Amino acid sequence: MAVSSTQVSVHVKINGQEITKECEVRTLLAYFLREQLGLTGVHVGCDTTSCGACTVLLDGKTAIKSCTVFAPQVDGHELLTVEGLGEADHLHPIQQAFWDCHALQCGYCTPGMELAVLALLQRNPNPTDEEIRFGLSGNLCRCTGYKNIVKAVHQAAEIMNHPSTSQSVTL
Amino acid sequence: MAIAEEPTGHVMGHAMKRKEDPRFITGQGRYLDDIVLPRMLYMAIVHSPYAHARIKSIDASAALQLPGVHLVLTGADLDQMGLGWMPTMAGDREMTLAVGKVLYQYQEVAVVLAESRALAEDAAQLVEVEYEPLPVIVDPFESMKPDAPVLREDREQKDNHVFHWEVGDRTATEQLLRSCDVVVRQKVRFQRIHPAPLEPCGCIADFNKATGRLTLYMTSQAPHAHRTVFSMVTGIPEQNIHIISPDVGGGFGNKVPIYPGYVAAIVASLKLGRPVKWVETRTENLTETAFARDYHMEAELGATKDGVVQALKVKTIADHGAFDAAADPSKFPAGLFSICTGSYDFPNAFAEVDAFYTNKTPGGIAYRCSFRVTEASYLIERTMDVLADELGMDPAELRLKNFVPPEKFPYHSALGWTYDSGRYAETLKKALERFDYTKRRQEQDERRRKGELVGIGLSTFTEVVGAGPSQTFDIMGIKMFDSAEIRVHPTGSAIVRAGTRHQGQGHETTWAQIVGEELGLDPQNILVEEGDTDTAPYGLGTYASRSTPTAGAAIAMAARRIREKAQKIAAYLLEVSEEDLEWRDQKFQVRGVPSKAVTMQEIAFAAYTNLPEGMEPGLEATYYYDPPNLTFPNGAYLCQVSIDKGTGEVKVEKFLAVDDCGNVINPMIVEGQIHGGLTEGFAIAFMQEIVYDEDGNHLATNFSDYLVPTAWEAPDWETDRTVTPSPHHPIGAKGVGESPNVGSPAAFVNAVIDALSPLGIRHIDMPLTREKIWRALREHGIEE
Ligand code: FES
Ligand code: FES
Repeated sequence: MAVSSTQVSVHVKINGQEITKECEVRTLLAYFLREQLGLTGVHVGCDTTSCGACTVLLDGKTAIKSCTVFAPQVDGHELLTVEGLGEADHLHPIQQAFWDCHALQCGYCTPGMELAVLALLQRNPNPTDEEIRFGLSGNLCRCTGYKNIVKAVHQAAEIMNHPSTSQSVTL
Repeated sequence: MAIAEEPTGHVMGHAMKRKEDPRFITGQGRYLDDIVLPRMLYMAIVHSPYAHARIKSIDASAALQLPGVHLVLTGADLDQMGLGWMPTMAGDREMTLAVGKVLYQYQEVAVVLAESRALAEDAAQLVEVEYEPLPVIVDPFESMKPDAPVLREDREQKDNHVFHWEVGDRTATEQLLRSCDVVVRQKVRFQRIHPAPLEPCGCIADFNKATGRLTLYMTSQAPHAHRTVFSMVTGIPEQNIHIISPDVGGGFGNKVPIYPGYVAAIVASLKLGRPVKWVETRTENLTETAFARDYHMEAELGATKDGVVQALKVKTIADHGAFDAAADPSKFPAGLFSICTGSYDFPNAFAEVDAFYTNKTPGGIAYRCSFRVTEASYLIERTMDVLADELGMDPAELRLKNFVPPEKFPYHSALGWTYDSGRYAETLKKALERFDYTKRRQEQDERRRKGELVGIGLSTFTEVVGAGPSQTFDIMGIKMFDSAEIRVHPTGSAIVRAGTRHQGQGHETTWAQIVGEELGLDPQNILVEEGDTDTAPYGLGTYASRSTPTAGAAIAMAARRIREKAQKIAAYLLEVSEEDLEWRDQKFQVRGVPSKAVTMQEIAFAAYTNLPEGMEPGLEATYYYDPPNLTFPNGAYLCQVSIDKGTGEVKVEKFLAVDDCGNVINPMIVEGQIHGGLTEGFAIAFMQEIVYDEDGNHLATNFSDYLVPTAWEAPDWETDRTVTPSPHHPIGAKGVGESPNVGSPAAFVNAVIDALSPLGIRHIDMPLTREKIWRALREHGIEE
């Protein structure tokens, strides 16, 4: 990490790509991702680490709230944002499940929620309703009431545990 | 890619997957803060630390010395331009930036424009404001006293009274109350809350000096109405204002009013000739943008001794904060509060509301609510339970006894509404059965005998939505119709534009379903576009559950206009007369000869390629729909709770919502709306309140103090429905978004009070926090 006055150079692997960028030391990771890298799927919904709209995956396993991390702190690490999860023509089972189960309305919480689900399912591939609800309790949704999110997590778990099953599930 | 199942034949009533979702699930939604323009500046706001104070001086020199800071604007600057004050939707006016004094904590005092978000925030900290504190009033009951200091010195009227509003026959109601066998009186407070959508408010104002046009990207639930208001306030000709409301991350009424930040950003862009972005922080969202409710209500309900309701009298004190910035239709200063007789056949009723100013954030908006319907509904549903308790009658039985019966529809209520349709008893009976009400009551008795605190609560509400008929409903003079434009392309696909603006309600799907149904086109090939005032027809926007009752109707009517023309083309193509054709199986067929038919797709192609002589080419229509009446969605909600005597914690053991919102366009979306609204109702009942201390300090400035339920706290929801179509709506739909938020608080509170009733407790005001319940238990001798 090369420090020059208040600017630092940050090197990270984001969605599989190595990136080096200069930024102010105090730049929050959420804004680094949004404003410097154009990864606007990272959303900001609060200033107290409460909402989880900014959730990204650190080093392939830990869901972190990118609004509460300075960009230089992830120097040398690996990140996954929703943009790296899957694309419209190649959806990740979690994204597919959110769509199938109507687990989103305004969509503002969705990218963060999906990454929190990924971290949860990596820890616990077969969660119960309770475990899902507890596991996602760092992510707020104002629209859905969570019921369909819980449903989507079950569908995603099912498909991720049996990758041979078709991605498109008729419910 | 998985393709959503394509319904064939009828598309109304199908759980079609949402067309808007692919962009949201992949992070490709385009919300306000995602938009970046060349040479864009950022705006930060300087807030007042005081709830009431005179501004003695503002010194921005230190801020302006920071490299990259371009401008600081104060109220005095705006006042010089004639923009120090702006009109509110309620017919009051409010300061854009504080002029001379501040009237609530966090009020916008100045704005700073700088090259980056961080720099603007830094500079805002450097603006020195000297204040002289003044006495603070946070309680409307203090504010109404004759010797209270006058908060609004700018008004001619030298007290803090905002308005008095009343409806119904006071004398007859009072007389009837005097002769009733039983009269119950209950004070009920609906606390101050906030819609708090996950995406805060914001805008980018981009004034182009060369073209004279202002492009305003804005988190707006009502872009056309906002365009008109901005034109009136700033003097910019309306054709030169282009509002784009991009993807909106939830609204719930929060994004209906015009806030000072928008106006300040516009002024800054006009002055600097550069785009200006302003995005609220969560704290700004909770402290500056409009609150909801804050009604202190008192009901007097009279009935016969066997529980037939006779008269209802309601007196309400409303706290409007520093300015009356309620977002109500002009002729309804207390919104549609007169729906407070609910689902019950009251021969007589009277309601009055007196509103007062206090040193609190202005507002009084319709948070997931059709203008004060939530307050009204909570009041009557709570009071009915108090009556049931007084009579020793089962609350379900009391309701069944007093429902407006089906044969009385259209029903003229004592307070002036004409209810369109409803089968209240049937809806409640369905709910009772599915809930296993009788059995659960028995179980409740058994558990009570074991010393448990278990309660069952009901709410059988009636809403009034879909504002509204233009003789009565306008906002700042603009009639509350809504509109749609449909263009069918030669290949049989189409674009639909409406004056509404969804924020998660799923219009891109449901509007396509309506057109698909009416025209026999595949909804997958129908693009829905909202939120761009240059392209969409004029409409009043999305709030108060009005989209389906108004724009949804406009879409159906525009489609029917297209079908009329299509019939002429079909007759030409089939070489028959128009009268020989019928619209059947979503095609035009020659009567009795089903093999002779043309599809809308074929007709669309002909409309551009092979027309009868003399006919105007093209296949499109616009419709402005002025509803003949409002719609009256209703429902029966049942809730069972248990209370932990040690901690005061309430557990929702079961919740069932049976809604009747008329014909359903997409059951999956309706159900989703209900889950969301119930969760918001749960938050209001148990967790949320915007509290001020006596100095006017706002004590709920973020999500650790203003709680939003997580998946962990949110109960599981069960839903069901009855379908009683609206007789006057073209597709028989009524609107549903708010019902769960309107109907559920009473169900939760009634359940908790039912659990506590053996202790002699008849009412506790929301939010029913652990602490409040714990205290009530201790006061009533429960120690555990
Ligand atoms: S933005 Fe809310 S937790 Fe990060
Ligand atoms: S879908 Fe709107 S906040 Fe979750």
